[in-house]
Amino acid sequence: MAVARHWRNQDQRYNLAGTHCKVCGGHFFPKTSMCPSCHRRSMGKLERFQFSGNGTISSYTIIQDGMPQYSSQVPYVIAYIDLEEGDHIIGQIVDCEPSEVEIGKGVEMVFRKLSEEGRSGTIQYGFKFRLTM
Amino acid sequence: MGKLARDVAIIGVGQTRFGEHWNLTFRELGIEAGFRAMEDAGISSSRIEALYTGTMSSGLFLNQEHVSAMIAEVVGLTENQVPATRIEAAGASGGLAFHQAILDVASGLHDIVVVGGAEKMSDVVSNVATEFVASGADQAWEGLFGATMPSLFALMARKHMHDHGTTKEHLARVAVKNHAHGAKNPLAQFQREITMDMAVNAAMVADPLGMYDCAPSSDGSASLVLCDMKTARELSDNPIRVAGTGQGSDSLSLANRKEITSMRSTVAASRRAYEMAGIGPDDIKVAEVHDSYTISEIIAIEDLGFFKKGDGGFATERGDTALNSTITVNPSGGLKARGHPLGATGIAQINELVLQLRGDAGDRQVKDANIGLAHNIGGTGGTAVVNILEVV
Repeated sequence: MAVARHWRNQDQRYNLAGTHCKVCGGHFFPKTSMCPSCHRRSMGKLERFQFSGNGTISSYTIIQDGMPQYSSQVPYVIAYIDLEEGDHIIGQIVDCEPSEVEIGKGVEMVFRKLSEEGRSGTIQYGFKFRLTM
Repeated sequence: MGKLARDVAIIGVGQTRFGEHWNLTFRELGIEAGFRAMEDAGISSSRIEALYTGTMSSGLFLNQEHVSAMIAEVVGLTENQVPATRIEAAGASGGLAFHQAILDVASGLHDIVVVGGAEKMSDVVSNVATEFVASGADQAWEGLFGATMPSLFALMARKHMHDHGTTKEHLARVAVKNHAHGAKNPLAQFQREITMDMAVNAAMVADPLGMYDCAPSSDGSASLVLCDMKTARELSDNPIRVAGTGQGSDSLSLANRKEITSMRSTVAASRRAYEMAGIGPDDIKVAEVHDSYTISEIIAIEDLGFFKKGDGGFATERGDTALNSTITVNPSGGLKARGHPLGATGIAQINELVLQLRGDAGDRQVKDANIGLAHNIGGTGGTAVVNILEVV
């Protein structure tokens, strides 16, 4: 990902910053400038919302054949996570053996290096998740 | 609403063999399929009034955009400045190009149009192809974290297994069936059967999906000739009518959906197509569905209404989707065995239905096929297109 694109999204990338819609009460990740349910009625009624980073694994997979920038990390685990406050997120599960990952287990967000563009290139940071039990 | 302004029919189809065409260029693949379709229709290129092309990513795979003009040029349509349009919706590019061409002819703007689909994937190495294919999903919120396209379908598969009791063997059954069908298709990439043991115990790509749960990377092209029904009757003895066409969208990212064991885009697209055709899922004898992964076929046959939610894997195990059973699903071999040159897939599906409805499908002919359905999705279902064809 280009540096400018990563920087533009840094709040969401580093802090799980989302949006709370004061019309319907929904919480959305990543940040949005329009509530997907309330549409135009949500204009001016959205506020920044900080997700706790706690959630539950709804589904997961162990990737053996990875994206080029992650090919040195295989096998790695990607999970579909139900966030505590609503909405879902896709992220890596780290700090455990892939065999420890199960549907229903709790996770919390951790801040990690995602990938780097070669040995001297830009390093991208962001969130991953680890098991809480 | 929900109706075409005039009847539209297919009068010619053509396809290259799908596979690894190291010696052929994108242009040559497009020419071969296009000429076969024209030959099948028995018309000269001077009759063609418009061209639609479905291609997912010539930009990434070939560093070449604007392929509409390129294809028009190589098939000789630029002499008359024939309107040429390229349609992109990831893996649904072909089906959507067909849908747009239907709307064009039904509107009365043009009487005879050619629709093509093409992709050339073998010019890049495989993990680069993995990255390019992933661009059909959400790169900023899925791909960045290392989620590949197979991994996103693996998330759906494990959830489907957890919620509905679908098994790894059910997934393998889809692959074994589609390879058995593909063995009867002379244009398929893989014309050989596989065993349950091979499918179940293949190397993992993204657990629980193994090698045989994934459609291959392919080169190939497919093309067809579409026209209004009046012209079709003048030019053809066996035109195949478009009975219904529907399209639906959903979020690009899997994370922005309420559930991941069903695709709302497929449900909506099929409802729109069924309504236009005035029929329901029980009327369909033969279907070409988007089995980019084995789980995709299981989810599709549920979302299209052929089986109830959660029964897709069990139905496949019972043999209900095999050739000449309850409903024949993917007689061509599907994406799994016919091959999956992204943009060409949606057109190849339509072409298979045309052969089936004409009674020209050889060893894989579905008996008494009179109505067929094609289902084509992009990415993880951000786009779905459903087309229903019938014998006139």
